[in-house]
Amino acid sequence: MTSTNTVMPMAQPVSSFKMIRTVAGVSIMSGFMILAVVKATEARIENNKRVALADAVMAVLPDADTNKTFEVTGDGFRLVDTPVPGADRVYAGYDAEGRFVGAAFEAAAQGYQDVVRTLFGYSPERDCIIGFKVLESKETPGLGDRIGKDAEFLANFDGLDVALGADQTALAHAIAFVKRGEKTNPWEIDGITGATISSRAVAKMANERSQQVVPFIKRHLDQLKEGT
Amino acid sequence: MTPQDGTFQRKAEPPVDAFLKGLWEENPVFVMLLGMCPVLAVSNTVVNALSMGMAATFVLVMSCALVSVLRKYIPKQVRIVTFIVIIATFVTIVDLVIQAISLEIYNALGAFIALIVVNCIILGRAEAYASKNDPMRAILDAFGMGIGFTIALVCLGGVREFLGFGTLFGVRVTPEAFEPWAIMILPPGGFITLGGWLLFFNWIKERKGRAAQGEAA
Repeated sequence: MTSTNTVMPMAQPVSSFKMIRTVAGVSIMSGFMILAVVKATEARIENNKRVALADAVMAVLPDADTNKTFEVTGDGFRLVDTPVPGADRVYAGYDAEGRFVGAAFEAAAQGYQDVVRTLFGYSPERDCIIGFKVLESKETPGLGDRIGKDAEFLANFDGLDVALGADQTALAHAIAFVKRGEKTNPWEIDGITGATISSRAVAKMANERSQQVVPFIKRHLDQLKEGT
Repeated sequence: MTPQDGTFQRKAEPPVDAFLKGLWEENPVFVMLLGMCPVLAVSNTVVNALSMGMAATFVLVMSCALVSVLRKYIPKQVRIVTFIVIIATFVTIVDLVIQAISLEIYNALGAFIALIVVNCIILGRAEAYASKNDPMRAILDAFGMGIGFTIALVCLGGVREFLGFGTLFGVRVTPEAFEPWAIMILPPGGFITLGGWLLFFNWIKERKGRAAQGEAA
């Protein structure tokens, strides 16, 4: 390698100004190109996310035919018109007769690669989580991304116990992560072999968000039932 | 990392060759062994492999085109920085465009879209070819390399999906009795499959080489 280096012609000395000008020029050009693409795709990405969220809400609340978005405020829920995704929102599902069937809420936690965003469906009547869907994940394809595909893992969220304790402010049993095949209680989540970190992240976010949201929903259930 | 200087002295290379060499003779994966990270990581299904290959090809072609157009204005001392900025720009664009097309594909490719920035095939072609050749040849070269990369990914993805899931393009192709080999989806499966393909390609090359020698003699 050294011999080729010595015979290679030395680069012409270039003034710092020229170098700065080149890098700055290319950077500005890049900025404008990205800006143009952001502007061009913004609406479609926003729309895709809305559609994905609406589909996800329907998927985690199997009995729902329509849904309404509520914003969580200090003293209860407030109905919002546009279903924009957000952490402080609860999506209430209603069946064909307009009866309240359950609520969906978002959760997020650090996964293996990046933050994993998910949606949980909750049925106050059954006191359990009835559905789960991954909204956004950058988990390794074929490994971590099984949190959204693995049938046995997804079965955890069909009747995951989130009943409240006696004082109605926290879950009676915190949602716990166990190794695959060791699930004995309805509040435990069976992990995925080969996707331990990702599935543990799901269990963590399920517990953290349920601890917050479930008591709140229980307290303000009438508002969701009325749908106003 | 870059081939010997002599390789790029052939200024009069016909455009067709600029395109074709990436497919076989200088295939980035099977011959030059570049860009191994995404090759091993996202080649567990054919669809993932194809999407990754297309995204990388787009970035490769656009970056090399721009590098080639700007090649006379980029001082040698800051060329790598400039190339990386250009590559990162197109990766960001691909990232946004894929989100606009389908969130499903976007979620399937995970973190690997962003990592196209550090795929050494792209920086390698920008540095070794596009910065020394006219835009037309640079684009053809990049396109050939991109297709070569995609072919290699699909070769791996096909084998791994078939053995690891028992499916191709998500459609079941094996009888129910077939027990999928979970290891093929996991990283070791990537290494094993890549090793198998390299063995196959080198065997063919050797056989061709021997045949050519035989004719000469």
